[in-house]
Amino acid sequence: MNWLVPWLPLIRDIASWLLLLSGSFFFLVGAVGMVRMPDVYTRMHAVSVTETLGCGLLIAGMMLQAGFSQVTGKLFVIGALFFLTAPVATHALAQAALHMGVGPKLQDEGDLGEAMPVAFDNVESREQIEQQGRPS
Amino acid sequence: MSEAMYVIPALAILTAMFLAVVRALMGPTVFDRVLAANAIGTSAIMLLAVVGFLTGRPEWLDVGITYGILNLIGTFAVLKFFRHGNLAHSGEVRDDGEQDR
Repeated sequence: MNWLVPWLPLIRDIASWLLLLSGSFFFLVGAVGMVRMPDVYTRMHAVSVTETLGCGLLIAGMMLQAGFSQVTGKLFVIGALFFLTAPVATHALAQAALHMGVGPKLQDEGDLGEAMPVAFDNVESREQIEQQGRPS
Repeated sequence: MSEAMYVIPALAILTAMFLAVVRALMGPTVFDRVLAANAIGTSAIMLLAVVGFLTGRPEWLDVGITYGILNLIGTFAVLKFFRHGNLAHSGEVRDDGEQDR
């Protein structure tokens, strides 16, 4: 394996190139989906592509270039921050939107903006369900 | 190590930020704008990291970590304000079973 040693920087650069280019691609896909998707929930779905695959691949590409150093640790912290906070923020956003009566848009039935909060209110009061008995 | 490989990710991130600004301007509900602001924050963190590598001085990643935490807290603050009307709302259920809105 000794012949491989002079080629290692080139191999690292090629792998880093591939990771950075695919990360840029997923970044653009998420951004275009955020403009073109029809309602709030599908736009959240599009943005999650940016926050997981786009950021993850870009951070992996930069980690390969940084080597085993302090910068890699900082990049790992940024990636862990994305992986922990992005689902929490998306969940809070979806719950707030559903609570305020912004319904998802379905294909043939139009906007469910008035039907969804009623269903949500029925689920919301758990004591009421237990008093009335659960439908079997 | 060639710094020129970071030009394409930087341009892609700038394009993503521009499209997020477009969504924030034309968003029909406030949640679209909050989502776009969150996406702009994410793109700003990645742009900070990529430009740090592009100029050969990746010391700005600490600013990116701080900005990520501020992005999450800002999103929660705006969502809580638009859901409850004030920021001091506890979110607890009252005694009569009704939840404060």
